[in-house]
Amino acid sequence: MGSGASTHHHFAFQNAEKAFKAAVLIQRWYRRYMARLEMRRQCTWSIFQSMEYAGQQDQVKLHDFFSYLVDHFTPSSHSERDFLNRMFTEERVPRDSEVEKCSDYESIEVPDNYTGPHLSFPLLPDHATALVEAFRLKQQLHARYVLNLLHETRKHLVQLPNISRVSTCYSEEITVCGDLHGQLDDLIFIFYKNGLPSPERAYVFNGDFVDRGKDSVEILMVLFAFMLVYPKEFHLNRGNHEDHMVNLRYGFTTEVMQKYKTHGKKILQRLQDVFCWLPLATLVDEKVLILHGGVSDMTDLELLSKLDRHKIVSTLRCKTRKEKEKQAEEKGKAKQTSSAGSLSPWFLPQSRSLPSSPLHLSSHKTHKTGRSSSVPSSILLDPRGLSRQARRSVDLELERCRQQAGFPVIKEKEEPWVFNPEADSAAGDLLEPSQEEWRQVVDILWSDPMAQEGCKANTVRGGGCYFGPNVTKRLLQKYDLQLLIRSHECKPEGYEFCHSRKVLTIFSASNYYAVGSNRGAYVKLGPALTPHIVQYQANKATHMLTMRQRISRVEESALRALRGKLFAHSSDLLEEFKKRDNGNTGLITLSDWAAAVESVLHLGLPWRMLRPQLVNSSTGNMLEYKSWLEDLAKEQLSHENIQSSLLETLYRNRSNLETIFRIIDSDHSGFISLDEFRQTWKLFSSHMKMDITDDGICDLARSIDFNKDGHIDINEFLEAVRLVEQSCSEGNASDCPQASNAKGSGSWPPTEDSLVSVTQVAS
Amino acid sequence: MPLTGIEKRERDRELETSTSCLLPTFCWGCARNPREIGTIIRSLGCCPNEGELHDLIAEVEEEEPTGYIRFEKFLPVMTNILVEKRYRPIPEEILLQAFEVLDPTKRGFLSKEELIKYMTEEGEPFSQEEMEEMLSAAIGPESNFIHYRDYITMMVIDEN
Repeated sequence: MGSGASTHHHFAFQNAEKAFKAAVLIQRWYRRYMARLEMRRQCTWSIFQSMEYAGQQDQVKLHDFFSYLVDHFTPSSHSERDFLNRMFTEERVPRDSEVEKCSDYESIEVPDNYTGPHLSFPLLPDHATALVEAFRLKQQLHARYVLNLLHETRKHLVQLPNISRVSTCYSEEITVCGDLHGQLDDLIFIFYKNGLPSPERAYVFNGDFVDRGKDSVEILMVLFAFMLVYPKEFHLNRGNHEDHMVNLRYGFTTEVMQKYKTHGKKILQRLQDVFCWLPLATLVDEKVLILHGGVSDMTDLELLSKLDRHKIVSTLRCKTRKEKEKQAEEKGKAKQTSSAGSLSPWFLPQSRSLPSSPLHLSSHKTHKTGRSSSVPSSILLDPRGLSRQARRSVDLELERCRQQAGFPVIKEKEEPWVFNPEADSAAGDLLEPSQEEWRQVVDILWSDPMAQEGCKANTVRGGGCYFGPNVTKRLLQKYDLQLLIRSHECKPEGYEFCHSRKVLTIFSASNYYAVGSNRGAYVKLGPALTPHIVQYQANKATHMLTMRQRISRVEESALRALRGKLFAHSSDLLEEFKKRDNGNTGLITLSDWAAAVESVLHLGLPWRMLRPQLVNSSTGNMLEYKSWLEDLAKEQLSHENIQSSLLETLYRNRSNLETIFRIIDSDHSGFISLDEFRQTWKLFSSHMKMDITDDGICDLARSIDFNKDGHIDINEFLEAVRLVEQSCSEGNASDCPQASNAKGSGSWPPTEDSLVSVTQVAS
Repeated sequence: MPLTGIEKRERDRELETSTSCLLPTFCWGCARNPREIGTIIRSLGCCPNEGELHDLIAEVEEEEPTGYIRFEKFLPVMTNILVEKRYRPIPEEILLQAFEVLDPTKRGFLSKEELIKYMTEEGEPFSQEEMEEMLSAAIGPESNFIHYRDYITMMVIDEN
């Protein structure tokens, strides 16, 4: 214990302490680095999600527009009537007798040179397995078999109750899968990793099988096949995308028409019916409730089990009994009727932002049974209380639209035309759900959980509600349940627990937003009903990357999409920037920039955080907004190599225009007649407040039809929009940065080559 | 120089906007998870170690552990941190010195095993996940050595 030793100890101690401190320093630094990475990931996620929901909102708004038109538009001539009739023929609920006809598919011959899978009924397990294998090898099922399968599927579904019941006594384990959205690779992976369905291996697929991905048809075929083969063990719940109106926008309709050129329309019609017959929920051991979206404080499982689910054709538009009674009243009355059942919709001047979506359709019944969630009272109007003044301004607006659209003003009080193929018989009433029934279904298909207590309208999606932990607790208690499994929302890990682990979100489409964006997952329940989660990600490439690289990639996709969206709103942004530029200096502060961008895009994103990645040039705290917009335009130009004004209009309106186009194109041929085009264009342009003369439209219609065959296809249609809007905005050309490129650009009519197919931009 | 009342309000507003934009969890006035506060604080430019973070969380948490953190409580605490410039990020040179402490013979690198030992046994140990993630970025799958100077440079560039 000489001094030497103690000095040695002393040094040793000091060294240990230094090492400790050094380690702490490094760890601290590293954790900060990771936190910043996590922040970027969350930002990226917000970008994708908010753009997705904004798109859904758009869809709802569009739908409201047409719904309103149908409800209030009194066609004065045969052609008008036919036109509107045709636009909404999709909504007609097919009569049972029609659907029973087997001659549908029996008349379709399968050619000898067909190399795809064959199906014969009744289906055997081997058939289903072979189907999976065939699809894995990228084969396509012949239309005849598709229709046959749909026919059998419908027969099976019709017998099922609204809420399927499964027991772990029979199948020892039950696997629940969430949204697949046309991603066949994920389904195949699940079957590969978890095993094919069997009497011992039950499956529940929780809705949203279709749209967005490219193999929705194949997924449906596989799911339906297994359901027929193992009816007791294989269960499907309806999702909000199992809806023909949603499919028009999100790609499923397109996919079917592309894969089945001859029989696509028939397939879509049958599918519309099959979707309505899908069960609404599944209950496991009377303890675990599985449904697609969520619940509300009004959710009533008894009502849900009793209602006729088949009546709910689309959760986007509800023609309820209340409306029908009102229309029956209208017979013989003047055009100026009360809008009982409909509220002042968003697009008319006196109403504000909220869409009259699934949420806001009211009836006088609502006041009594209304949900406790806060719906702004300014929107809820008792029909009797609807002041004459308000009614009058609604009609005036409608009149204006009609006039602009070129329809003759109705001077006489004609007998109002009631849009209803089933005519006015009382029997027609039985085909419509009640307001309450419809709302119950919308709630379970569209709602999302939230952290706060309470229940409020889901304005982001435009349908259903946000439900808090107390709502969950109450529901679980009321029905003696222990867990709610739902899907509907994409989660980075493929799953997420909330509400004290009483709600589980399960999402099975990996890489949903972009490659590397998220994992998929499924959950297994054994007899103890303890959830066991399995995650996966169907893309090997991302495994090799570090987290930083993965996040960077996804981030880049998100930012690219966001820049596209910013560009699409260039004119609106310019206006907002100018408002905040008091001295007309050409500069605004960065906080003004953030505020302006949010007021135009309404995405609720952390713009200040994103600014460094969206704005390259700023001197100190100020931004030269005009040159920023120009830079945006240049970037999009070089990226797509298309004229800028085309881009702006297309980017902004593409989804809407496509949807409108598809609605008009009721036989899904991909073409519309010149006449249909003209009529629709009139309606649309009056809604968009674009001034154009009658002659202008006729000329336009004729010149769009390049090959002069009397028909217009969608590319031609979109090009038309661009050119009209350009000619309308030529007056403001000098202000708009991108318009400077538009003059003298491209010839009219454009040649085949200059019609470029615009790549899909997340709306 | 102390801030005027107006300047203080401006600063608070800016901070509030930045913070409330940062995580969706703050959008409705309360964070879901106290640990997420760590992410927020760090991404606002601060660099507390785990012990300091733990203390901070205790400061902003509710008396009854509801599992939530209210924004009204968080804001003044965060503002103070930023104003007092606490938990400043570590300059590159200091970081380098820290690595050199762990590499007393000044080879210029640490072996994988050494790094693992220090990071998981010393200081405020990494979890296995953290360790794996750090390694995956620091060295190639074949290599066994971390040339820390290069590593630091790479990470710093990344951030900017």
